[in-house]
Amino acid sequence: MEGHSTYQPKSKVARWFESRLPLVGLVHSSAIAYPVPKNLNYFWTFGAILTLMLVVQILSGVVLAMHYTAYAPVSFARVEHIMRDVDFGWLIRYIHANGASMFFIAVYIHMFRGMYYGSYKAPREVLWILGVIIYLLMMATAFMGYVLPWGQMSYWGATVITNLFSAIPIVGETIVQWLWGGYSVGDPTLNRFFSLHYLLPFMIAGVVILHIWALHHVGQNNPDGIDVKSVAKDTVPFTPYATIKDVFAMVVFLLFFSWFIFYAPNYMGHPDNYIPANPLSTPAHIVPEWYFLPFYAILRSIPDKLGGVICMFGAIAVLAFLPWLDTSRVRSAKYRPLFRQFFWIFSIVAVGLGYLGSQPAEGGYVIASRIFTAYYFVHFLVILPLLGFIEKPKPLPASIADAVLAKNGGAGGATVVAGASAPQTKG
Amino acid sequence: MAHAETPQTTRRDFLYIATGAVGAVGVAGMVWPFVAQLQPDASVLALSTTEVDLAPIAEGQIVTAQWRGKPIFIFNRAPKDVEAARAVPLKDLIDPQSDQDRVKAGHDNWLVVIGICTHLGCVPIGHQGNYDGWFCPCHGSQYDSSGRVRVGPAPLNLPVPPYTFTSDTKITIG
Repeated sequence: MEGHSTYQPKSKVARWFESRLPLVGLVHSSAIAYPVPKNLNYFWTFGAILTLMLVVQILSGVVLAMHYTAYAPVSFARVEHIMRDVDFGWLIRYIHANGASMFFIAVYIHMFRGMYYGSYKAPREVLWILGVIIYLLMMATAFMGYVLPWGQMSYWGATVITNLFSAIPIVGETIVQWLWGGYSVGDPTLNRFFSLHYLLPFMIAGVVILHIWALHHVGQNNPDGIDVKSVAKDTVPFTPYATIKDVFAMVVFLLFFSWFIFYAPNYMGHPDNYIPANPLSTPAHIVPEWYFLPFYAILRSIPDKLGGVICMFGAIAVLAFLPWLDTSRVRSAKYRPLFRQFFWIFSIVAVGLGYLGSQPAEGGYVIASRIFTAYYFVHFLVILPLLGFIEKPKPLPASIADAVLAKNGGAGGATVVAGASAPQTKG
Repeated sequence: MAHAETPQTTRRDFLYIATGAVGAVGVAGMVWPFVAQLQPDASVLALSTTEVDLAPIAEGQIVTAQWRGKPIFIFNRAPKDVEAARAVPLKDLIDPQSDQDRVKAGHDNWLVVIGICTHLGCVPIGHQGNYDGWFCPCHGSQYDSSGRVRVGPAPLNLPVPPYTFTSDTKITIG
């Protein structure tokens, strides 16, 4: 959005620097003067929470790498060395391990927020696709990180996931050998995964910069899904309003995060990963980390190996096409009565697939997985394209300012819902 | 370019293309080492043969050896296991292959297979499942006493590694 580069360097030194590298002006326009829609709710703080989690993961990860060794015969022991010998090693490892789960909790809320409020629609398609790329990089990073402790789940998770590529006709087996650097998952695999696990977060950081750049170029979506018409009436400056709100949300999120670190540090892990990797014995019940479970359920629901792999990757790839699959011109589910119901059905199906992925692949679980998998694709490929033509959306408010005033009883009078939540809108 | 309207190629066009071609070959030449380093290295290849003494393996017993980091199942089959494997019509199999093609003639009781499920690479458990063979705990595939897949989702039989009998009681795998 234009017209807010109001930074005026005051001192002579600042003027000298600004005319050579306008860095302070860039920070000022994107984090201080940047206009934020007045009607954002707390779901809009997850971008800041995710940025925080990326920083937490990089910092804790860099420290862990100082004490870890990527060598198959010793890696398991090195992780225990971090837990027992290194001062506060237990804390830093639990921050990192649970941080991965927190990162995914935040990203799933962030994604469902985008889907509910239509944040992927024009002009935010590129912004959305960059988000899908970040999500893919996150999954690759988390997967490789889980291999590093070299426990049973590390080893067999790596075996199952790398074997997915063997489903590719003709070249599949060769690709898998190149991933492994051997004839099975082994020390060369561990080393290259460690190298890539250290690299990918910085690639994520790079794409995050593009993601924020795209966001600030087109402006934020908002719960009413309507464009900013007047910067003066519809928006507030990023600092102090969004800054303080984001910081508050981050603190609340950190409390939640801390509960896991200090009271349930292994709740989201798997006990089998405290058994050293054994290439000759597969654990009886292999499950991936919880954040992969819906996709794992989709993989297992298809009785054909190649078909299962295609569906699993297709379930992620379909997200990138969402801006074009949703044909409705109204963004927010608030004004789309039919879409809102289908959104909640889809959410239940997505969570349900996660539950099914954690259960053994037998009997009723397989049948349920197939039904849910079919619905997952029907939602994107049939329901969303058709809804745009069938549905009659509710009337949109004339502007963000009107929507905020109506909500706070300016027009309705009796409907004072949450007066304390947005006091700045009174003026 | 200045000579866009002249039909014949110029010396400069030739130099552009030749320079580009040399550059492309150079880039490809540098990319190759970065791809090739992904392949199994010499220390991995050095472990490519394994010797196994069969004498201590009792009838009906399955022993797991290691070859190239992979588990190898060596199954000393009882006569009934061999008969059961040979009695199945080939058309009933997911990946049709006769038992005779999977063992060495004259050593018909010895089944040697790579113990990696052909679905997604788990190690199946011996003496389990409904076919006197193996059961994979990951996704429920079952293999018979010839290591052939009988219940999916695995698409293929357990592969037979290259091996030779160096004596009546010794094999070399690889």
